[in-house]
Amino acid sequence: MSIKVKVKAKEKDGIVKAKMLIKHPMESGLRKNKEGILIPVHHLKEVKAEYQGVVIFQAEIGVGVAKDPFMAFSFKGTKGELFSVSALDSKGETGITETVIK
Amino acid sequence: MTVSRRKFFINLGKSAGYLALIASLPQIAWAKWNKKAFAATNLDVAIKEKFGTLAIVDSNEVKLKAPAIAENGAVVPIKVKTDLANVKSISLLVKDNPYPLVTTLHIGPGSLADIQIRIRMGKTSEVIALVEADGKLHRAKQLVKVTIGGCGG
Repeated sequence: MSIKVKVKAKEKDGIVKAKMLIKHPMESGLRKNKEGILIPVHHLKEVKAEYQGVVIFQAEIGVGVAKDPFMAFSFKGTKGELFSVSALDSKGETGITETVIK
Repeated sequence: MTVSRRKFFINLGKSAGYLALIASLPQIAWAKWNKKAFAATNLDVAIKEKFGTLAIVDSNEVKLKAPAIAENGAVVPIKVKTDLANVKSISLLVKDNPYPLVTTLHIGPGSLADIQIRIRMGKTSEVIALVEADGKLHRAKQLVKVTIGGCGG
């Protein structure tokens, strides 16, 4: 199963604001289920954003990031160009989304 | 077809080379995750594992924006912004979390040191932002009060 990555990128005055929402349970390994058994760790490890073939943003993520992580950052970019965001979690599952800068 | 001993070894070497190449490819792409730093349960150990002996300076130029009171520790919105030049990365740490290192965001070429992320907090604690720039760690911190924890339970 691949990770769902939602991306919005909007340009204003040469600066693109990128917002990323990734659907992920982010289990910390510290939570217990109803029977009192620990839920195994399952979290995102890395999120990477690429623009014009260059990695412009790379996040290393631990269990301290909230469930369904939301992240935003800004970069210098142009309207109409492609921008991609990929994610990797602790089980080796990946997800990638490509979007056009608006 | 008979295969000479020499050819056999040449081919063996080649295929081993290919295998090594294939095995190393995904690791090149996703190699940065620092397990030791993320697994550290102590703030100072986490910083040391992550940054070694880089000097830490308190800086007014690092703008950390966090709520004074977070009703729900499971989702605490954080903003970090700085006008410092040559920013390499921005790290967030929560002092009293089971694992203090929350995230490290690497700022690539063309990107601005202006980020937003939602983190988890177990209880009331100091939130620390470390901005790595020009071989130094620029620090800003803020106390965030948490009414409901979001790490275990």
